[in-house]
Amino acid sequence: MVDALSERQPGAIQGAGLVRNTAIFAVLAACLVIALIIGIGAGRFSVAPLRVLELVWHGVVDPSRTLTGMDERIVLLVRAPRVLLAALAGAGLAICGAALQGVFRNPLVSPDILGISQGAAFGGALGIMLGIWGGPLIALVFSTGLAGLALVGFLSRIDGRSETVTVILSGLVVSSMFAAVVSLLQFVADPNTSLPAIVYWLMGSFASATWERFLTALPGLAGGLVLLWSLRFRLNLLSLEEAEARSLGVRTERERWLVFAAIAVIVGSQVAVSGIIGWVGIVIPHAARLVAGHDHRVLLPASALLGGAFMVVIDTLARTVTAAEIPLGVITALVGAPVFAVLLRRHYRERNSE
Amino acid sequence: MIGLEGVTIRFGERVIVETMSFSVPRGRSLAILGPNGRGKTTTLKAMLGFQALNAGRRLAPKIVGYVPQSASYSQRYRVLDVVIMGRAARLGLFRQPGPEDFAVARAALDKTGALRFESAYFDRLSGGERQLVLLARALATGSDVLVLDEPAAALDLANQHRLLALLGQLRAPRDRAIVFTTHDPNHALTVADDALLMMPGAHPLFGPVEEVLTPDNLERLYGVAMRLVDLTGPDGVLHRAVLPAFAGMKAA
Repeated sequence: MVDALSERQPGAIQGAGLVRNTAIFAVLAACLVIALIIGIGAGRFSVAPLRVLELVWHGVVDPSRTLTGMDERIVLLVRAPRVLLAALAGAGLAICGAALQGVFRNPLVSPDILGISQGAAFGGALGIMLGIWGGPLIALVFSTGLAGLALVGFLSRIDGRSETVTVILSGLVVSSMFAAVVSLLQFVADPNTSLPAIVYWLMGSFASATWERFLTALPGLAGGLVLLWSLRFRLNLLSLEEAEARSLGVRTERERWLVFAAIAVIVGSQVAVSGIIGWVGIVIPHAARLVAGHDHRVLLPASALLGGAFMVVIDTLARTVTAAEIPLGVITALVGAPVFAVLLRRHYRERNSE
Repeated sequence: MIGLEGVTIRFGERVIVETMSFSVPRGRSLAILGPNGRGKTTTLKAMLGFQALNAGRRLAPKIVGYVPQSASYSQRYRVLDVVIMGRAARLGLFRQPGPEDFAVARAALDKTGALRFESAYFDRLSGGERQLVLLARALATGSDVLVLDEPAAALDLANQHRLLALLGQLRAPRDRAIVFTTHDPNHALTVADDALLMMPGAHPLFGPVEEVLTPDNLERLYGVAMRLVDLTGPDGVLHRAVLPAFAGMKAA
């Protein structure tokens, strides 16, 4: 039926592409949902998947009722905000990576390069040392993350224009500077109180997730995701050579900074509530490209879904594999670095064979 | 309409062009001729607004259909997705291309004869095929100005023939301005009404092809003695061709 239609219609390829894309998104969404259910169920107090669905359903239908059962409290108050925050953070980091790799026309860049992550890390470490917690800490992290980005923007802007290479190098410079200050803060931090907190936070964790934290991070993460997603066709254009993109009516510089700002909002919000989590932004977009192709209109949502599922799985592993929680940054690096190494070799082998 | 008015461009001490003026109205086509390094591409960039001018001004519509010499393909896009990017200026920042835009993109691909590989990956095409796709993208912008940077430079003779035939077809309705750079004066004789010769000494020569493409001018332009020959084509019409003076000499 589909074949008969597509042979007659001029939109045949679109039709076939649509079917393929729908299948891809169905599979990715299913992965995310399964990861969420397993993530909520797994743990020292294990809850069966069907019971998870039942409890979540109760929670959605009547959020204000008093929670009585032990499993109910664990699922709705402890694990639900945690897995949702993990999913949202993973989706955000992955979509940031996909967008950045397009804008820089370089598949090997990641959100850490714009100085945002290290800037945010500095804010967090400073806040913890000064004994600031909660909302003010998040505000501080977010503003130092943005400051990192602004500094990169200022450094890379020479004679009113910023080149891609100078942006990357300025990002490196700013990141190293912030990293040095973070090391200094660790050096002077009280080894009994603030130092462990800083170290733990720098390695990334969702252990402190609550509904309150989830709601704090939600506007930034969701807003940034929606903004990048609505720029998906524009990202195709920004991935062209400068002259080509400009000839097609793209105000390249202004639009690139709009993308960067969205990324700063996402990464800042994520770091504020769960610390530094590396590698997601580089590994997930590559995996998404393998299944969904390079077109950003498909790649961005695919990366977001896959990133969300990946983060939930990693977080679940982090809290279930051993008795103590393993920091997320450790697992993402252990998974991400080898994958990245393989990608790197394949990328340059392909390039050399062309 | 596209053109430059009293334009001077310098690279440091070196003057590339000085007070250059020309314009290409709708319905005419211009060939920019000259050896390498004489400012052909710089002139083209100035027309597109990518080159800072030391003096003078640029006359151009907001969107110009531009066909780069070689396209970037850091990402793997399908041909139709490449052409649809021509619609960007009409869509603005947040809108996505719709059925109407896809129809325009397909029509443009059809016009350049590239519709048969609309679903192929752009980076897997040959140089000649890529050129057709980029030309389709320029047409899809809807601009009535078409600017091509060395469209024939990387093409073998058969593909050059195909490209010139295509440019001829695009020129025939006389409803757009066409500008292209080339180093082969025969391309100008085939599909251009006017020619801009990038003469040594930063003062280009502009005028109708039949007036400026003289043996004298061409010899000064290329530094090689040139002959103009008239040949009767298979259709009985007289065609003019440019040959360097060494052509037709027998190897000893």
